[in-house]
Amino acid sequence: MAYTNSTTAPASAHDHSHADGHDHDDHGPGSWTRIFTTTNHKDIGSMYLWFSLFMFFVGGSMALLMRLELFQPGLQVLQPELYNSLTTVHALIMIFGAVMPAFTGFANWLIPMQIGAADMAFPRMNNWSFWLMIPAAILLFASFFVPGGAAASGWTLYPPLSIQGGLGLDMTILAIHILGASSIMGSINIITTLLNMRAPGMTLMKMPMFCWTWLITAYLMIAVMPVLAGAITMLLTDRHFGTSFFNAAGGGDPTMFMHIFWFFGHPEVYILILPAFGIVSQIIPTFARKPLFGYASMVYATASIAMLSFIVWGHHMFTVGMPAAGQLFFMYATMLIAVPTGVKIFNWIATMWRGSISFETPMLFCIGFLCMFTLGGFSGLVLSIVPVDITLHNTYYVVAHFHYVLFPGAIWGLMAGVYFWLPKFTGRMYSETLGKWHFWLSAISFNITFFPQHFLGLAGMPRRIPDYALQFAEWNMISSIGAFILGFSQLLFVWNVVSCIRSGEKAKAKQWEGADSLEWTHLPSPVPYHTFETAPVLK
Amino acid sequence: MQKAMNMKFLNIKACCAAIKNYSLARFSTLLLTIFGSTAAWADYDVNILPPVTPISNQIYGLHMYILYVCAVIFIIVFAMMFYSIFKFRKSAGAKPDVNFHESTLIEIIWTIIPFIILIAMAIPATKTVLDMKDTSNPDLTIKVTAYQWGWRYDYSAEDFGFYSNLSTPWSQIGQPGSPATEAKGKDYLLEVDNIVVVPVNKRVRLLVTSNDVIHGWYVPQLGVNQYGIPGFIKDAWFKAEKIGVYKGQCSQICGKLHGYMPITVEVKSEADYAKWIKDGQAKWGKGAALTASNSAPKADAAAEDSAKKFTLAEAKDHGEKVYAANCVACHQLTGKGMPPAFPALSGSKVVQGPMDAQIGVLLNGRPGTAMQSFARLNDTDLAAVITYTKNSWDNNTGKIAQPSDIKAARKI
Amino acid sequence: MSATTGGYYFAPPSKWPIVGSTALLFMGVGGAMTMNQIQPYGWTSLSIGFVILVYMLFGWFGQVIRESESGMYNPQVDASFRWSMSWFIFSEIMFFAAFFGALYYARAFSVPWLGDLDNALIWQGYDAKWPTLGPYIGQTASNQFGAMSPWGIPLLNTVLLLSSGVTVTWAHHAMKANHRGQLVMGLFLTVVLGFTFLGFQVYEYMHAYSELNLKLTSGVFGSTFYMLTGFHGFHVTLGAVMLTVIMFRCMKGHFKPNQHFGFEAVSWYWHFVDVVWLGLFLFVYVLV
Ligand code: HEA
Ligand code: HEA
Ligand code: HEC
Ligand code: CUA
Ligand SMILES: [Cu+2]
Repeated sequence: MAYTNSTTAPASAHDHSHADGHDHDDHGPGSWTRIFTTTNHKDIGSMYLWFSLFMFFVGGSMALLMRLELFQPGLQVLQPELYNSLTTVHALIMIFGAVMPAFTGFANWLIPMQIGAADMAFPRMNNWSFWLMIPAAILLFASFFVPGGAAASGWTLYPPLSIQGGLGLDMTILAIHILGASSIMGSINIITTLLNMRAPGMTLMKMPMFCWTWLITAYLMIAVMPVLAGAITMLLTDRHFGTSFFNAAGGGDPTMFMHIFWFFGHPEVYILILPAFGIVSQIIPTFARKPLFGYASMVYATASIAMLSFIVWGHHMFTVGMPAAGQLFFMYATMLIAVPTGVKIFNWIATMWRGSISFETPMLFCIGFLCMFTLGGFSGLVLSIVPVDITLHNTYYVVAHFHYVLFPGAIWGLMAGVYFWLPKFTGRMYSETLGKWHFWLSAISFNITFFPQHFLGLAGMPRRIPDYALQFAEWNMISSIGAFILGFSQLLFVWNVVSCIRSGEKAKAKQWEGADSLEWTHLPSPVPYHTFETAPVLK
Repeated sequence: MQKAMNMKFLNIKACCAAIKNYSLARFSTLLLTIFGSTAAWADYDVNILPPVTPISNQIYGLHMYILYVCAVIFIIVFAMMFYSIFKFRKSAGAKPDVNFHESTLIEIIWTIIPFIILIAMAIPATKTVLDMKDTSNPDLTIKVTAYQWGWRYDYSAEDFGFYSNLSTPWSQIGQPGSPATEAKGKDYLLEVDNIVVVPVNKRVRLLVTSNDVIHGWYVPQLGVNQYGIPGFIKDAWFKAEKIGVYKGQCSQICGKLHGYMPITVEVKSEADYAKWIKDGQAKWGKGAALTASNSAPKADAAAEDSAKKFTLAEAKDHGEKVYAANCVACHQLTGKGMPPAFPALSGSKVVQGPMDAQIGVLLNGRPGTAMQSFARLNDTDLAAVITYTKNSWDNNTGKIAQPSDIKAARKI
Repeated sequence: MSATTGGYYFAPPSKWPIVGSTALLFMGVGGAMTMNQIQPYGWTSLSIGFVILVYMLFGWFGQVIRESESGMYNPQVDASFRWSMSWFIFSEIMFFAAFFGALYYARAFSVPWLGDLDNALIWQGYDAKWPTLGPYIGQTASNQFGAMSPWGIPLLNTVLLLSSGVTVTWAHHAMKANHRGQLVMGLFLTVVLGFTFLGFQVYEYMHAYSELNLKLTSGVFGSTFYMLTGFHGFHVTLGAVMLTVIMFRCMKGHFKPNQHFGFEAVSWYWHFVDVVWLGLFLFVYVLV
């Protein structure tokens, strides 16, 4: 068998450069069919990243269809029901299919390298976490083609609207169940790796920020994904087995679903951003050529954000008619999150202060991230003020808010990460020129797309509608034009990545002068298939 | 078959046509506006609509206040960042100061200052919240019941109630594959058949609920956005201080026609309001008021004449209007529906079959499907729409439903 | 050789995950179809999925057991197992928290609200007292139900589960002292107690359905009652099956006094199920 234990094989005796000669060639890179069985964290990391890129395009294409319909008033392209389905599945795919798997992909690639481990703690379960997403994706896609169409209740799946759905809604619920199982397994794996697999000397407070943010994210996921599972299980039994959780006639309450859903939902949005914070915290010091400012306070700030995230969910429900005391509690708690988030923003800026800054593509994306995420954070703060939320709730202002934190937040964090680590992953350099084009086109078109949505929201345009009154026509047209430029700009990214892999220039082991985490300082580029079978020696 | 369905949903040809057809004039005004005179900006809303109640005034003020504070923070913070980007750029020969990576003092300062700013925001907000939630001492109470996809208003004290539905015709909206045949009016999608009227300067308390799924009664200028939750009554209030017409829409996704559920509130002077009440009572009758049971809303008493005898032509004529207002959304103008979700009525066995069966479907709905009960329509309308469906498209039954048939069927 | 580092065992490529995913695909499709009465495809797909899942479980766990017994898991692997099992149980706690939350919400908020002054406009005369069928379902006499008394079978079940906690601890001490006989005996008693619990639970459900007229459809009380006790029962079943497997493994001589995490994991799980039951006993039965 392809293993041995420490008593028979001194770990230091390995030589990776000709791993193929060993008795375990089933281990090394081989035929492509190994993707079904691989237990290597780098393979699995890549699989996650490719999968999420694919899903990003699928979800993005759905958004473009929506923007096409919204290009002008009236119904032109989509039936309202299909529009609602596209909204719903766009969100589910972007969140569960694009952003979360992409972060997990980075976690797989980077965490073992950054803490000096040879692999993840549970390689087989790691493979399963990935492969569980496939049946879920199949269920989601297939739901468009069943009688009644895909779920059309918005990604928040509020009953009783979601009780009315058909087969497609059940498929969506089951898909979310499976994705939840995948996330929980992935998180347990990551958290165990971080807690138990660090090289000697790699104390918790020496871990790179990316590891820290993932530790906290994984904790959040383990805490809230089961709650989501509970909520949608109740939905399922209300739909098919006659329970009355969300049915007033039986003593239940549709609002109960919202409470349970948002108990998951709000921590979820931090799940979507914390790893991006981690990536940014790796990149900014690198290009400022200066250690991260206030490392310890960054850790505490991240932890505080996570803790606070459990007690703010009510801010999605200010209009359900909760008592004033409830509204005030949730408003104060929500506002408080601005403090630790602000600490992070200030720390990043202080990291640049008195640095020696250069502006390669990853850094550009991080600077863009800082500006745009902060804008999104501010609109969040505006929404957290109960009376203001009353007038903005479920309008395009909210859509603008969350795209500001999700696209330049989560997605740019990921893009920055891809550009940053691509040389390490592939041993080749991407094209800086193309990268910069990608950044500037995205930055400009993103703002064309989503900035006007603030105006639409302020003027009272509700979200989740395929058609709108005439006074909203101009801004919607601009927004749609922006969306198409934004969408097609992302093709540059794909082109850049693919041509980097196929024909990029050779990258150095330490491609970035200012990089200081283990994957840059201790490993060649590209990283060999097996790394750190002997723990690195840390000072 | 499923493939065909999806092809129908997504009509690429239509979308190309749409892009070609969009009004060039409109687009050029737009460009003009952006690049040309700033005066034209007034036409384009970029802020909260003018408030007309004490609460929406406070909301407006709060929003401006927070916006300015955030703008100032943004400018300060990013001035610092762009300064460092400029000053400490490598290309200008900046050397990193690697020891500058910790300062407890600074950290404390930038934790405390935002905290204080937040408190300064929270105080006025709290005041408004407490005002907003205080629904006591109303001068007038209106019960608002949402349903898929329209509203019902019940004036409890005045003993009447009525439905309020979108009145924009589908010929202005269009359908994928068959573009709108009529130009869009000024109040496109924001116009209703029956406007809800309130007196000026009076505290109006709304009791909001819903018949089916969650909806949101949202009129921004009145500072109200309240979910209607089936089975629960939630309240909100406003006091309009300016006579005028205020528009809003359903704010919570409620299914297919969520985008087609507008709200129009007219604020009238005391005297005009009193007159409207009188008219309303005459039009919508007594006995249709706030009901204490959860029974389906009572039939609309408007233009009710159960003794009337329709001729086929009359019935078809009237039925076409009822159909356009209530049924097209699902069963489509062509009567072909959108199978499999919404069945065709053209050629349907139920429609071509016995009268009673179809009356039954209309009065009771098909529980568990989108086909709800239309018992809320009056006997005349129901009879007319049934006759219309039985004698349109591929259906040529020649059968006529009379209001008395409906009346009889209701009794069972 | 590269499967280990410093003795840490990293699994070689394995077919089990993809087998498991296939199982879930069939089960997901089958489940959705079954719930929408698309038969016989629903049941067929569900059954195929289930069979594949069982095959995967046997295969995967079998492999883990072989690896463990041939001494490939060093103390660091053991620590990984401990961390992961703890986090897994944490996730299970959160799952139950959702249902306990629903129970709390119904009792503290939705039911009292339904009975308050404003809502009397809709639900006139609704007597908002727990346990309740809810305002509408309650209107017909045929739906009236009785709540379960806590002091009969539920109390007995509490005693059973608590004693099973004791016996599994006894077995653990025996394991550490390498008293194989006592170990198997302790496990055997635990399993017996566990299945007895389940038997009583089934009996209680039958009693509730036939005599108390308490059903899953009995308003929010029935919903929370059956979903909480049902999920708990499901977890007891899993736990009892796992304990049985562990018992057979002990009989075959698996585990060592100083290395037996498989055993411990299951006993942790068992204790967790036990604690959940105490919560249920208190909040579902006693505080009616
Ligand atoms: C990555 C995802 C993400 C992130 C990070 C956030 C961050 C925040 N969000 Fe957002 N939010 C979403 C994703 C996210 N949100 C989504 C998806 C929805 C809609 C869901 C749906 O309905 O479909 C939503 C909806 C939403 C609502 C509900 C709106 C409604 O439906 O009516 C609210 C209301 O309070 C809100 C608030 C906030 C706040 C206060 C923050 C804060 O964390 C922001 C903190 C950051 C800053 C404030 C900027 C930096 C700080 C400084 C520079 C310090 C100094 C600043 C001050 C003192 C002001 N969000
Ligand atoms: C991470 C999350 C994420 C991301 C990245 C995005 C990205 C985008 N989103 Fe989305 N969005 C959500 C999360 C996200 N969204 C959520 C949670 C909702 C709420 C849903 C609800 O209400 O329930 C929402 C809702 C939402 C709406 C509101 C719908 C409504 O309320 O009616 C709109 C409308 O403009 C929109 C637009 C867009 C656009 C234009 C992008 C762009 O950034 C996309 C960029 C486009 C691409 C990346 C596509 C590239 C494709 C091509 C270039 C075509 C070529 C094709 C092939 C080669 C196959 N989104
Ligand atoms: C919300 C969408 C919707 C609206 C609006 C609607 N229906 Fe329906 N209707 C349906 C659905 C869905 C069914 C199929 C129910 C089923 O599956 O049994 C249906 C079924 C029917 C049937 C039975 C057809 C058959 O062959 O079984 C008739 C007749 C009918 N509707 C008439 C009407 C009339 C008349 C109106 C307007 C007054 C109307 N419907 C409005 C959704 C709608
Ligand atoms: Cu009614 Cu949306
Ligand atoms: Cu939130």
